[in-house]
Amino acid sequence: MLELDGITYRYAGAPRPSMHEVSLTLADGEVVGIVGASEAGKSTLCLVAAGLAPRTVGGSLSGRVLLDGHDAAPLAMHQLAERVGICFANPATQLSRVTATVYEEVAFGPMNLGLPRGEIIDRTGAALEALGVADLAEREPARLSGGQQQLVAVAGLLAMHPQHLVLDEPTAQLDPAGTQLVAEALARLAADGASILIAEQKTDLLAQICTRIVALEAGRIALEGAAADVLADERLTGLGVALPGSVRIRRLAEAASLGSPQRDKLATALATLDAPA
Amino acid sequence: MTDVALESVSYVYPGSGVRALDDVSLRVAGGEGLALVGQNGSGKTTLVRHLNGLLRPSAGRVMLDGADAHRNTVAQLARSIGLVFQDPDQQIFAGSVRAEVEFGPRNLGLRGEQLRVAIEEALEAVGLAANARTNPYDLGGSRRKLLALASVLAMRTPVLVLDEPTTGQDVRGVEVVRRVIDSARAAGRTVIAISHDMEFVASAFERVVVLRAGSVILDGPPSVIFAESSWPELRSTFLEPPLAARLGAQLGFQATPTDDALIRALAQ
Repeated sequence: MLELDGITYRYAGAPRPSMHEVSLTLADGEVVGIVGASEAGKSTLCLVAAGLAPRTVGGSLSGRVLLDGHDAAPLAMHQLAERVGICFANPATQLSRVTATVYEEVAFGPMNLGLPRGEIIDRTGAALEALGVADLAEREPARLSGGQQQLVAVAGLLAMHPQHLVLDEPTAQLDPAGTQLVAEALARLAADGASILIAEQKTDLLAQICTRIVALEAGRIALEGAAADVLADERLTGLGVALPGSVRIRRLAEAASLGSPQRDKLATALATLDAPA
Repeated sequence: MTDVALESVSYVYPGSGVRALDDVSLRVAGGEGLALVGQNGSGKTTLVRHLNGLLRPSAGRVMLDGADAHRNTVAQLARSIGLVFQDPDQQIFAGSVRAEVEFGPRNLGLRGEQLRVAIEEALEAVGLAANARTNPYDLGGSRRKLLALASVLAMRTPVLVLDEPTTGQDVRGVEVVRRVIDSARAAGRTVIAISHDMEFVASAFERVVVLRAGSVILDGPPSVIFAESSWPELRSTFLEPPLAARLGAQLGFQATPTDDALIRALAQ
């Protein structure tokens, strides 16, 4: 369980807080999506939830982050890293830069957990497989494409078997196939009981994996609810969030005042394609 | 008008043995709007880095207006080809938004009123006019990306090359990028963009080139590339046609690559 309890957070030197009185609870096995316009506070929320703000980025925080009911603030950095994983938006920030191959990069986390050798090998192999990057195992991480680096970064996190995971736009540079691999990997991790917080612009992805969605506006929670309800909410566009494809096309059909036979045809086609939301 | 062309270009990254481009030939006429799509690692970024001389082909030639671009210095290429990186942090270095945007056109020799107008128009185009004195690192990632775009726009190159311009942008940011592309095209400039967003590709570009493992496998207008007959090829490289195209096919329409085309077909 991951809990944010009355979080207000201000970056060092900032005139005002970037996050105001945000409270949010993720049960074990729950995937919660964070949406909002640029600079609405999605990345800040990720840094706070992962225990990195103010710990490593400075600033001042009131309220508490609780991991399985325990305050995260007094944990040592290595204890924190065992309990909560974070995936940064930019994979170049994520990669360790101390490993020569993708295999070592993905094994880096489990090795630092001090796991037995066999366990490290199993986890590394499984994570590489899950994200479709097993064939890149011997490549140098710095020489991969942006999208490939992003897959390797997520694989490295999966190999940690995190109980809590925070991801900041983990699929931004991914093609549809890579995005789907990340979605499936996260769904499996949640099925194993992890709490997952994911900030994303791709609402089609969120529709597929999230139980709940939180929309942020200027550092406050503007909308919160079941994924399907929030993603179909009229107010979402006003918050700078792209609608899932099926919702968008239904709206356009309504706006074009199509007759009901046409609308029915469209609804049938949408149902046939089983488009999310 | 500036024509750019790749003639049988292959590229192997030194020391890796990985053939990132494999005999690619592609001609882009002045004023064209072209989207480059393909799986992660298919060679899209490698291809565009050849256009402004950041990479030199291992085999083949890059042509600029019919002459081998190899003869040009990187500085000369910079006048013709403006490349905006995927990661703005590979590009941004100045202490203020204005200084960042000023660097390019100043190096091209613009001064005084001309320089001021180039900077202000570029900042205006991406919605950063009010942030001229801000430190780039006080901007969020998405606005830093728009700043990188502005700094290249200000150079007014006849060819604009954008590596995943909509990544990390919210709805408004995507609209800013779309307007920038539209007005560059309206001014007769060539725009070449890499994107994974098929909806954006179908609605903002007149030509789509699909790369797979360093080779061009499809090249045509969105209505052809996203038509049902092309889906096997698209899916061979794990690309999905836009939702509108899939719905249109379900409904028995001719190619409807965009939302608008689908709604029009439904209305008839």
